[in-house]
Amino acid sequence: MESVGALPSRPRPRKRARTRSAAAAHRPMVRDGDGPGSRAAEELERTWQEKPGLVGWLSINNHKTLGLRFVVTAFFFAGLAGVMGGLMRHQLATANSHLLGPDFYNQLFSMHGTTMMFLFAVPVMQGFALYIVPLMIGTRNTAFPRMSACAYWLYLFGGLLLFGAFATNTGPDAGWFEYVPLAGPQYGIGKRADFWNMLVTYSEAMGLMVAVDITTTILKLRAPGMSLRQMPLFVWASLVTSVMIIFAMPLVMLGANLVQFDRMLGTHFFNPAEGGDALLWQHLFWFFGHPEVYFIFIPALGFVSAIIPTFARRPMFGHDAIVLSLVTTGFLSFGLWVHHMFATNLPELGKSFFTAMSFMIAIPTALQIFCWIATIAGGRLVMRTPFLFVLGFFFVLMIGGLTGIMLGSVPLDLQVHDTYFVVAHLHYVLIGGAVFPLFAALYYWFPKVTGKQLGETLGKWHFWLFFIGVNLTFFPLHILGLEGMPRRIYTYGAETGWEPLSMVSAVGQVINDVSTLIFAINLIRTVFFKKERASADPWGAGTLEWSVASPPPRCNFFALPVVSSREPLWAPPAEVTHVQGLSAQIREGLTTTVIDALPDTRYAYPEPEIWPFVAALSVTIWLVWSVWSVPGFVWGLIPPALAFLLWYWPNKKEAKEELRWEREP
Amino acid sequence: MGARAVNDRQAARRREATPASIPAVRKGDALDVSELPSYGFAHRSLMWWGNAGMMTIEGVAFGFMVVIYFYLRDIARVWPDAGSPPDLLWGTVNLGVILASAVPNYLAQKAAQDRSLPRVRTWLYVCSLFGIALSVVRWFEFTALNVRWDDGAYGSVVWVLLGFHSFNLVTDVLDTFVLTAVTYSKPVEGKRFVDIAENCGYWYFVVLTWIPIYAVIYFGARV
Repeated sequence: MESVGALPSRPRPRKRARTRSAAAAHRPMVRDGDGPGSRAAEELERTWQEKPGLVGWLSINNHKTLGLRFVVTAFFFAGLAGVMGGLMRHQLATANSHLLGPDFYNQLFSMHGTTMMFLFAVPVMQGFALYIVPLMIGTRNTAFPRMSACAYWLYLFGGLLLFGAFATNTGPDAGWFEYVPLAGPQYGIGKRADFWNMLVTYSEAMGLMVAVDITTTILKLRAPGMSLRQMPLFVWASLVTSVMIIFAMPLVMLGANLVQFDRMLGTHFFNPAEGGDALLWQHLFWFFGHPEVYFIFIPALGFVSAIIPTFARRPMFGHDAIVLSLVTTGFLSFGLWVHHMFATNLPELGKSFFTAMSFMIAIPTALQIFCWIATIAGGRLVMRTPFLFVLGFFFVLMIGGLTGIMLGSVPLDLQVHDTYFVVAHLHYVLIGGAVFPLFAALYYWFPKVTGKQLGETLGKWHFWLFFIGVNLTFFPLHILGLEGMPRRIYTYGAETGWEPLSMVSAVGQVINDVSTLIFAINLIRTVFFKKERASADPWGAGTLEWSVASPPPRCNFFALPVVSSREPLWAPPAEVTHVQGLSAQIREGLTTTVIDALPDTRYAYPEPEIWPFVAALSVTIWLVWSVWSVPGFVWGLIPPALAFLLWYWPNKKEAKEELRWEREP
Repeated sequence: MGARAVNDRQAARRREATPASIPAVRKGDALDVSELPSYGFAHRSLMWWGNAGMMTIEGVAFGFMVVIYFYLRDIARVWPDAGSPPDLLWGTVNLGVILASAVPNYLAQKAAQDRSLPRVRTWLYVCSLFGIALSVVRWFEFTALNVRWDDGAYGSVVWVLLGFHSFNLVTDVLDTFVLTAVTYSKPVEGKRFVDIAENCGYWYFVVLTWIPIYAVIYFGARV
């Protein structure tokens, strides 16, 4: 990995020195290396400040702004999807309820699942990674910030389109996995399934772009000294997730496009009458769909591993074992997809294999849990809100894991397939495995992002009500499922006897709503009314993001850190502490080698530009056009191509400025 | 050989392989990097990693299109289920031309690594001509598939497989045009040579993926 190949071993004479612009040469060159308040720091602030006005706002490519935009937008969509969930529980609270009609109900559960999975869970995790990872590894921005900016706009436009379609009675209605033939040309009437296919194309393109950005950032932009052995666990989790995304997401994008070709161009991929196969879609979807669960779960494991050492006041027990567990979980998750298809006519022997694989996932997960327990047992606990949510995660995830073992075996799965038992299981693992750690992360990093700490009392109220609400809402669904209540029915008769438990579930949902309201009040109170500022490291944590002010300066670090341990802030003072000599006048960072993180080259980050926004907008126009017209599929490609061209085209002023700082390898 | 000797040798190799030909130097409690190069080729550049990510994404998509081809072939009673196997002529011509295009591509990449602007321009022009030729041949390939995309599952999978590769082909040809033009936009920064070298790297991907896809499209319906 570290060989230099065809590179010259000696510096070449600097041929280009003469061509440098005379005007630019007048400005004295200022290099970084001094702390806040210095001349270099002032210059850095100026270099990294955003351009004014609307165009400047739309052009921002700073990872912190992008990460924050992702998280805020994801919570906005989650709120809408949560309201849909509430409506469904309200509908089912009583027998023979006709508050909602069957067609609208179909759209509701499809939208709820699609939104939660594609517009909330994955983007919110990627948003956190975008914000936290560069701070944690000691760099100034991500590797391809304009690509992530473009990804954000694609995500926003995709989500708004989906909700626009829903508002005009064109919401997808065949479940969050849009099975064919229900979503195919024959039964998927109108444009409903088309919008689902579009949304998937958007959100997966977004996910892939951010994943490539994060992977490259982690591998090449770590602070000198942060070898892979020293890398924080949250960064490991983000790396594993991003690599998984790169291997899994193309599948669902491909699949959704093939369905779209069936609908639009008359191909026959999923049409059994013409040699196609409906089951093919299930394979394509679940080969992506199972790893998808882990795109959500693994970052959450990263949150937990970041939070526990801080509140146990000691380094993580079994750091290496946790890294290996994360990687193993990533690999195993690609071998589980058929356990979503136990009720199809696949060979029984194959199903047994997938049962075994499904059980194996318990091994790395258990290993991590034991490491966390050991860390907690050997530490001095500080019971703050983030830590409470971590404890909630243990409890709720454990129940979800137990029902997961039940569903992993074929005979049990066949009994409860498509019943509320599955709904209970998936909500326990997703809420337990992702939402609890997400809230923990939110309380934990909130002071870093906003400079203010969320209220503890309201935080504890939020936790306890949410914990009770979630269990009250979803535990009864296990029993309803065992009693035979199927998923996706819009109403049921009183004679089924499902009413009392459904009512309990609805009450749980109301408690959830109250807890969310308390959370919202806490947010508003803290952001708008709290005067007290948080310090750089309010929890006394050990990783690099806590070494800079809260909120961090636009350039993150006035001098990039040099790292010699896993918790640099807990380590005794080192001999070499920071990097100096990068430009303070262009947006410059340092690349390091992949394994050992030795300094390699200086790197000029891309400047903010409007073109990523324009590109995302023109891609949106193209995709919408292609829903209604086949020629639109071809002609609509021209504007995005132009936008990408302008995006790439060198900016003369920027090039001149960068040339002053150029050194040939 | 003792474990220690192996360790020493590895350590020595790692020291030699430390990519920065101009090292960072220690100054007091700081690491001074002001003399480090501002760009690097191959895996030293971030562009290489981004490119590798893109190639993986597309490689996965291609791989699964081939899987889908054989999945559908497996469940079909007759294959092709409609139409007849594609004519060999144009696809094979394409294979020859695309393999030959690797030569100017290699020379363009080499010229970019040597940062020789005149040679880069020359070979990018040659690459562009190859790209145009390949796009024309590709057009004839579509006319010689002997099946329509809506004739049946066979037609669908063949069209989409060829279509995806064509999309990659055309995209990279357009990229080559743009990069050729960029060499005329003064001033040319050193990092543009990295972009050109990486675009050549991507072209190898287009060439290499065509070999299995050619085999599947042209012989999947024959053997």
